[in-house]
Amino acid sequence: MLAKRIIPCLDVRNGMTVKGVNFVNIQEVGDAVELGAEYARQGADELVFLDITASHEGRKTFVELVKRIARNLNIPFTVGGGISELKDIEALLSAGADKVSINSAAIKKPDLIDQIAKNFGSQFVVVAIDAKEENNKWTAYINGGRIPTDKELFSWAKEAEQRGAGEILFTSMNHDGTKNGFACEALARMSESLSIPVIASGGAGTMEHFAEVFSKGKADAGLAASIFHYKEISVPQLKEYLRNKGVSVRI
Amino acid sequence: MKVVIIKYNAGNIMSVDYALQRLGIEAEVTGEKEKIRSADKVIFPGVGEASTTMHYLKKEGLDKLIVSLKQPVLGICLGMQLMCKHSEEGNTACLGIFDENVKLFVPRRGEENITKVPHMGWNSLHSYKSKLFDDLNDGDYVYFVHSFYAAAGIDTIAVSDYILPFSAALNKNNFYATQFHPEKSGPVGAQILKNFIEKC
Repeated sequence: MLAKRIIPCLDVRNGMTVKGVNFVNIQEVGDAVELGAEYARQGADELVFLDITASHEGRKTFVELVKRIARNLNIPFTVGGGISELKDIEALLSAGADKVSINSAAIKKPDLIDQIAKNFGSQFVVVAIDAKEENNKWTAYINGGRIPTDKELFSWAKEAEQRGAGEILFTSMNHDGTKNGFACEALARMSESLSIPVIASGGAGTMEHFAEVFSKGKADAGLAASIFHYKEISVPQLKEYLRNKGVSVRI
Repeated sequence: MKVVIIKYNAGNIMSVDYALQRLGIEAEVTGEKEKIRSADKVIFPGVGEASTTMHYLKKEGLDKLIVSLKQPVLGICLGMQLMCKHSEEGNTACLGIFDENVKLFVPRRGEENITKVPHMGWNSLHSYKSKLFDDLNDGDYVYFVHSFYAAAGIDTIAVSDYILPFSAALNKNNFYATQFHPEKSGPVGAQILKNFIEKC
């Protein structure tokens, strides 16, 4: 049986892992490669590395980092953050990334999804959507959650699927950093309307939140950062808990 | 021992090399026909789209080379699908080493569960029929990412279940292939690669 995936997310700046709270207040927590390998040993199913370095120089550093990650990691990993050109994507793929996640670029240039899918296969494209619910309407944001767009969350997710996205990584900005649980209602709605896997992100605070996101939220994978980085919950402990709750996990 | 990873226009090639390096195995990543022909073990990896990749293989003459190989060959993911007869992906005539046809998974919606396509993530293996799986336990998990599958058939040497039982691995004569990615499947995957190098 296909297992529900637990995905620690590592925001990377200059090779170090950082995690922002509600997209601000960045703190460094450790070396990205070491942290990644440690998560793999603990039983993480996959990792996401998001490059939050904005500069061109930083981007080259990131490709080098991706090579180091690929050498050391024996589980799949996705890289993302500021990716907008097919040639950047090709560089990351040849560096050893298993998937790329695109966010703002996909909204600005939706055709990029089609291009990646055509050139490398759908399984290589994760479309990440940061969205916020205001007045009962979910709106997609770009530029790290700073700029609202005219895209409505659910229709945008559907469009991304139709263009060839292999997965949707949905971060609820209302929940991110709060540790009060995932956006289960919106996640379930999204998961039911799509045929591709949905990765839930934003709001993980307890093990129960993960059990909820897989049952109520119908998510295929749960992603979190700070609770893992600050060792509030360990991956083995979480998986044991989920297994006891009847969730199919890889142990 | 000389291990060669066939280099072509597909992704995931370095990942296989890195996985072998972690096992202390030196491999050469090359598209040179003579080197591929004279290797002791050949790995045919791949992430990509079937028709584009077949087109490239034909253009480079790698299609004829691969089917003519006599040493143990391990196809991975798209590599495995291309070793089958035909793929629905881009309606592509493939290498025809295995008799299976590659089909698209049809998503299923039940009351409780929605079955997504691609089949992506860790799934368990069973019904082992090859030394490729020596020292593995029934139910061990490996990592899959694919939307197309080969049904379980005469060449199937391991099965996984998703929507239906399908070929997680195939073997015919010197040709081995896995639908999953051993190079990304943690210690279980490392054991499979080790078995291919040491026992096949």
